[in-house]
Amino acid sequence: MIRDASSTEQANTVPPLSATNVKIVEPTIFDLSSPGRIGVTMPASDVPTTALPPKELLRSELPLPELAEVDVVRHYMHLSKFNYSVDSGFYPLGSCTMKYNPKINEDTCRLPGFLHTHPLQPIETVQGNLVLMYTLQEWLKEIGGFAAVTLQPAAGAHGEFTGVLIMRAYHKSRGDAKRVKMIIPTSAHGTNPASVGMMGLQVVQVPSDERGNVDLKALEAACDDTVVGMMLTNPNTLGLFDENIEKVIKLVHRCGGLMYGDGANLNALLGIVRPGDLGFDLMHFNLHKTFSVPHGGGGPGVGPVGVAAHLADFLPEPLVGIVEDGDNDTPPLYGFVTPAKSIGRMKAFHGHFGGGFVRSYTYIAMHGPDGLKDIAQYAVLNANYLLAKLRDTYRVPFDRICMHEFVAEGRFEGSDVRALDIAKRLIDYNFHPPTNYFPLIVHEALMIEPTETENKDTLDAFAEALIKIAEEARTQPDLLHNAPSATQFGTIVDEVKAARELVLCCWLPDNYDANA
Amino acid sequence: MTYIPISPKERDAMLEAIGVKSLDDLFEDVPARHRFPKLNLPPALTEMEAMNELSGLAQSNENVRSDLISFLGAGMYNHYIPSVVDHILRRGEFYTAYTPYQPEISQGTLQAIFEYQSLMVALTGMDVSNASHYDGATATAEAVSLAYAQFRSKRKKVVISPTVHPQYRAVIRTYVQGMELELAGDDPNADLDSQPDELTSLIDDNTSLLIVQYPDFFGRVYDYTKLIEAAHAKGALVCVVANPTALALFKTPGSMGADVVVGDGQPLGIPMWYGGPSVGFFTTRKNFVHKMAGRLVGETIDNRGQRAYVLTLTAREQHIKRERATSNICTNQGLIALGTAVYLSLLGKKGLRQVAELCYQKAHYAAAQLSQIDGMGLCFTEPFFHEFALCVNRPVEEVNAHLLEHGILGGYDLGQDYPALKDHMLVAVTEMNSKEDIDTLVQVLSEVSHD
Repeated sequence: MIRDASSTEQANTVPPLSATNVKIVEPTIFDLSSPGRIGVTMPASDVPTTALPPKELLRSELPLPELAEVDVVRHYMHLSKFNYSVDSGFYPLGSCTMKYNPKINEDTCRLPGFLHTHPLQPIETVQGNLVLMYTLQEWLKEIGGFAAVTLQPAAGAHGEFTGVLIMRAYHKSRGDAKRVKMIIPTSAHGTNPASVGMMGLQVVQVPSDERGNVDLKALEAACDDTVVGMMLTNPNTLGLFDENIEKVIKLVHRCGGLMYGDGANLNALLGIVRPGDLGFDLMHFNLHKTFSVPHGGGGPGVGPVGVAAHLADFLPEPLVGIVEDGDNDTPPLYGFVTPAKSIGRMKAFHGHFGGGFVRSYTYIAMHGPDGLKDIAQYAVLNANYLLAKLRDTYRVPFDRICMHEFVAEGRFEGSDVRALDIAKRLIDYNFHPPTNYFPLIVHEALMIEPTETENKDTLDAFAEALIKIAEEARTQPDLLHNAPSATQFGTIVDEVKAARELVLCCWLPDNYDANA
Repeated sequence: MTYIPISPKERDAMLEAIGVKSLDDLFEDVPARHRFPKLNLPPALTEMEAMNELSGLAQSNENVRSDLISFLGAGMYNHYIPSVVDHILRRGEFYTAYTPYQPEISQGTLQAIFEYQSLMVALTGMDVSNASHYDGATATAEAVSLAYAQFRSKRKKVVISPTVHPQYRAVIRTYVQGMELELAGDDPNADLDSQPDELTSLIDDNTSLLIVQYPDFFGRVYDYTKLIEAAHAKGALVCVVANPTALALFKTPGSMGADVVVGDGQPLGIPMWYGGPSVGFFTTRKNFVHKMAGRLVGETIDNRGQRAYVLTLTAREQHIKRERATSNICTNQGLIALGTAVYLSLLGKKGLRQVAELCYQKAHYAAAQLSQIDGMGLCFTEPFFHEFALCVNRPVEEVNAHLLEHGILGGYDLGQDYPALKDHMLVAVTEMNSKEDIDTLVQVLSEVSHD
């Protein structure tokens, strides 16, 4: 099945794309394979040989590539150069908080004591891990203003799912079975309604008012005794702190609903305000956004959930707790505890310990309370500075002091240039584009989040590029339509082709019917 | 210590451009009574102090490379990781990139995921793979969602073998809370000797999915072909939870007729890291590709006629479908999936088979030696891979405490999950265990049996 020059079947299995004389920039790892090459030699067996099980139980062919170590290293080095990254440049991707990831985190998370511990070891042998997890739980409680925290969820969306399960379990435990509706603003991340959908609950959408806040009238109309709660991102996806946040929460609480915070935008609030103090009953943290766990090209994320006291009993099991008190001579013994009415387990083992908890612990420890506040203040400073430089060139539909990000419109009167064209043209100026077409409530949205780890020169250069692009949109719109043109890869013209032909691996499944 | 690259002078110039006097003035929308709380956190550490503190925590653990000889597995395994894997994962171009939504400047990540998908397909014998899930347990839960959606929520029963990892079964129980599903077979008191045939009687016309593990939680290897045929005869789908190292040696679930093959990719070059992050692989048949959750990378061309890759079938995903999406999954485990791809590329056809055979040989040597100890014995007689259930005839906790005194991390206590297997431990042996390690285990356990 593999594309292998020595294979006679090859002619039948090469994807049809090759027939169009496609230029190949970097062969796949399967293309590079040459029979007989070896990348790693394992030691010979040092035990007496046992016969293998009967042939019927064994596989006859293992169709993996064969390469030498240098082949593998060069291949992945070549691939790495095709990527834009925070280490190489400005990445103002709204709602994603693409901040610089400190290098020390890469070293602390790889300390052998963390790297090579098994999740089922006796707790006495992993007190270092458990102290770290316990402390991180405590710190997140303090930062968010919550009574308890689970570190288990693997990503923001996983945290949301955890949160919805907790909300449902809370109402159920009170015999309140009629609550089936979740209120979600039209500006919400797609994961919010999807998390609700997974639980078989209904979504009730509420719009924003003319200042970008939750429309209080619409919210009041939606609030009744069938409401599970409300899921709200604050600052919202327009980058605005809801001016009526306490009223919003009061309305939801008054009808017996719970207030869920989507912590995607927590970077703007560190040391500024604690969501728990505002009345949020629960919230997920995104350690990969706010607390510098690198995004890894799409994961792993880390999505702990904090809850107020009345929800603590419903958290996933297990949590880290003190299982034996210490005294003057001995430290306490840390171990696992199960909340009384736990919703259950969200994933195997204890969550993203190495890649997540250790990095975030390092980051919080190095910032302290004042450093955390600096993060939020400078993230908000940078966003407002860019807003000030761009508002005369790009229309900003909800224009007031923003938090860590803002949303501009990527369109101009009398021009056919769209947000996507502007985004692609930014690539020619060596900037990663902002998030576009989100939130859905702004036409041709360009959502810009600079983060606190960019200097003034970068922000000036970025603003200058966007102003220049606006001029190009008037004078040479084709420059934008055809962008990017200065990159190794051109426009991916054919997303339709990808979806229609569905070539999802280095060879085509036998008898694949593209039209099925 | 912060990472803010703005001088006080630059800050003041920026505040002036904005038209406010101080940083605090930017936060007037925040209710005054809650603004600027005093956070009760320890004061900031410098890099040197932080490194000391974290090193201290790490060193207070006993790790399985320098402190302990490990025979603990049960879903996470101590394998050798070639140096190349981490050198690639430390490339900032990979680990500080976001999800590849801008394909023109993300071809590195996209091609790497495409190759990961290909490698997983090759390993499992299936048609298609997605870009991965959080771990093996959540990937298994997503298989339940796929089957539930496939039958438009009409088949209300899922049959789970009790020999699927207990934590995976627990995660499935959590995930289905909103689904009105009946979970059958998920019974730790079931007859573990008569698996897997006993499951056939549980499968009926209302069953959407059967889930079995391969090798099962006790390390046993079964050919599930007949069982899968029986499930298909009732119209149900079958999900096989597989150990990827075992797939280098044993026949593929794909060739047995499985509809979905999932598992945890940790054995493929990923450190145990006290439980995560690992990566859940998810492969299926081509006819289920539209029902599969998670990201997918497909091949296409750019406007210069170059082969290129792009995220495809995104219309299935939550940011388009919102509440109608079958899953809310957004991230994959990108970087970890890359790690497994590098590992598989490096070990290749011969290397991975060699690792699997070493595991098999060493585990069988250990089993043969251990079963000769007075009062101990293997619990099952079926063929096994690199784990086996050993009866130690006294509380496992006690035995393990004794082993620990000799620097040995003993096997998983099966009595925690299966009442019938009280005093049984699950012993895992990999290529990392030398004959000497195994002989030490045998010797210390012999002493225990004579105590």
